[in-house]
Amino acid sequence: MSKIEDILTRYRSGSHESLIPILQDVQAEEGYLSEEAVVNIGRFLGMSTTKIYGLATFYDQFRFVPAGRIHLRICNGTTCFINGSGKLIAALKETLGVEPDQPTRDGRFSYELVACMGGCNDGPVVCSGDSFYTHVRAEDIPEMIKKLKVLADLK
Amino acid sequence: MQFTIEVNSKSIRAEKGETILSALNRNGIMIPTLCRMQEFTPTGACRMCVVEVEGRDRLVTACSALVEEWMKIRTHSPRVIKARKTIVELLLSNHPDDCLYCDRNLDCELQKLSDQLQVRERRIRGSKIKPRRDQSSPAIVRELSKCILCGRCIRVCEEVVTATSIDFIGRGRATHVGPAMDRDLNFSSCIHCGQCILVCPTGALHERHYVTEVQEQLSKNDVTLVIQYSPLVPFALADELGVKYQRDFDRVLNAALRKIGFDKVFLSGAGTDILITELADAVTAARTTGETKPVVITACPAWVKYCEQFFPEFLPMLSTLKTPQQISGAIIKSTLPPKDQNSGVYTVSVSPCTAMKFEARRDSMTRKGISDIDTVLTVRELARLIVLYGIDVTNIDPEPADEPMSQRSSAALLAETSGGLTESVLRSLTLRAGGMESDKSAVKKLRSVGSFREATVTDGKVTYSFAVVDGLNGFEKLRERLEKGSVYDLIEVMACPGGCVNGGGMIPAGSKEAVRQRSRFIYQADEQDAMRGPENSATVSMLYDDTFKECQDLTDKHLFHTHFSRRDVLL
Repeated sequence: MSKIEDILTRYRSGSHESLIPILQDVQAEEGYLSEEAVVNIGRFLGMSTTKIYGLATFYDQFRFVPAGRIHLRICNGTTCFINGSGKLIAALKETLGVEPDQPTRDGRFSYELVACMGGCNDGPVVCSGDSFYTHVRAEDIPEMIKKLKVLADLK
Repeated sequence: MQFTIEVNSKSIRAEKGETILSALNRNGIMIPTLCRMQEFTPTGACRMCVVEVEGRDRLVTACSALVEEWMKIRTHSPRVIKARKTIVELLLSNHPDDCLYCDRNLDCELQKLSDQLQVRERRIRGSKIKPRRDQSSPAIVRELSKCILCGRCIRVCEEVVTATSIDFIGRGRATHVGPAMDRDLNFSSCIHCGQCILVCPTGALHERHYVTEVQEQLSKNDVTLVIQYSPLVPFALADELGVKYQRDFDRVLNAALRKIGFDKVFLSGAGTDILITELADAVTAARTTGETKPVVITACPAWVKYCEQFFPEFLPMLSTLKTPQQISGAIIKSTLPPKDQNSGVYTVSVSPCTAMKFEARRDSMTRKGISDIDTVLTVRELARLIVLYGIDVTNIDPEPADEPMSQRSSAALLAETSGGLTESVLRSLTLRAGGMESDKSAVKKLRSVGSFREATVTDGKVTYSFAVVDGLNGFEKLRERLEKGSVYDLIEVMACPGGCVNGGGMIPAGSKEAVRQRSRFIYQADEQDAMRGPENSATVSMLYDDTFKECQDLTDKHLFHTHFSRRDVLL
């Protein structure tokens, strides 16, 4: 039995209200919502994939491409923005060569922009897994990526 | 129950349970609307129809709020007008400024609203939506930058067509309308019926245009250029060109098309007559062999694609007959000698349907890589072609169409409305049995309203039963009936509610009543026509007696048949 089918056995077929919990479970298991997953969920709930995709894209928590082995979250909230998160994001885009939410070709990295992680005093804030980086400046990025690359290869 | 409410300091009568908008409209007050569609539950999303109600702090949406006895309403107060104008200004703030080059120029609801509310300057500036043009589908083009997110296409696709191929994607500024996984339309479950085009207020959805392709062919002297049009086209075209329709207009159109430069003008209706004949044969044959499988009509290409994706288990029941357009196309490409051996024949078909554009490109509709129909134009495109070539339809003498497809019976016109093709087959069965008029009560049932209709006819010793699905939301009912064991001789399914009279290539009707009016017109025309069915048509007997016998490809009629197979798309 595939992982998705396994998750679906916990829910009642056709129950539209279970959609979001199912999506959350599948994403927790697989890291993202694949086309195959969306189609299977649709079949299970008797919903059109169009509807599921439309609903899922409304929420920031769902992603449709796999994340990198190291997934960075960059705060782009008001305070971090004022403290220069824009430059940070530009530097990250240049170093990794991808847009937000897209994994790098080697599958090591991906990054997303989030609204606030509660570290307004120490912005801009970058988060990777359980570690937080504070007062991050654009020039720190290449070094940071270099270090994280080692970590990514261990994963 | 009626009561009086006060509107703009005057009293008007209102009905309990109706919306403010309906009370106002009945009393001669027009309120602009945008996201509203008649016969749908209101959403009140666009806020265009707001009015001021005394005692309420906020403006109230007239399309969704119900009238109440105490209400004092102001419909055009400065506050209301300012609110409406701001909405239009906001919609325009990120809208591309290319009205002059837009498909819907002079026929755009947003343009009309901004004119009505006298928007004369750009007060609010926003960054423009990134242009994205989805031309992947052979029938429907999406231009996302022109979308104002009213959501009408989404509702039609879900509630009427039941294909649910498009939805809102994303949130906030990034919101746009598209198929699952933000793919292009050709990967989606879109059945190309074009109902979304009919409700789009702007140029965000329109048919894929082939006028330029036709023009290119017209400029070549060696190509034999053939055009055929479906029975409904002259009527719809007259409407689009602003002329009053008379029966003679069909023949005027023949002349107009020859003036544009088409070498041959045929009637797709002759193809419909052949289809009716073949269907009647199939129904009779099933009866003689004792077959219990119904004949399921496949004259609607949108329904066929719907079936291929959603109900592949239904496919073996489908008749294999092609649509009238493709039957005529097969006859033309098999029999018509090209005027120049080296360049061949180019066939254009005009139809009220957008799905036909898709159908003409199916693999099974081509032979050795050559399509039976090369290009399909909608009625709207044909009107443009006629205007482009400077043809004044009010000033031409009528001409007959070309042999061998110069005539159609009135049954062929009848087939353009839902239930009509079934009625035509019934008529054929009656005429063959020596009768004059089909059973009146059955005809009445077939012509009635409702998304699922049934009729039973006893003709001497034989009893036939028919089922009609009018718009795909009636399909569920049919499935239920079949599961319960109902047996039908003939099942007709049409994707567009009302039939081809409400097709995606027609001029938008706007309401069910207007669609009904078109059907009534067809019934009327049918009454006056002497050529009732294919049995009375000289064209049909000539085709069967001479053309099909002379042309080897057509003798066994295999060219009139096709095959359907399961289609894997994102559902």
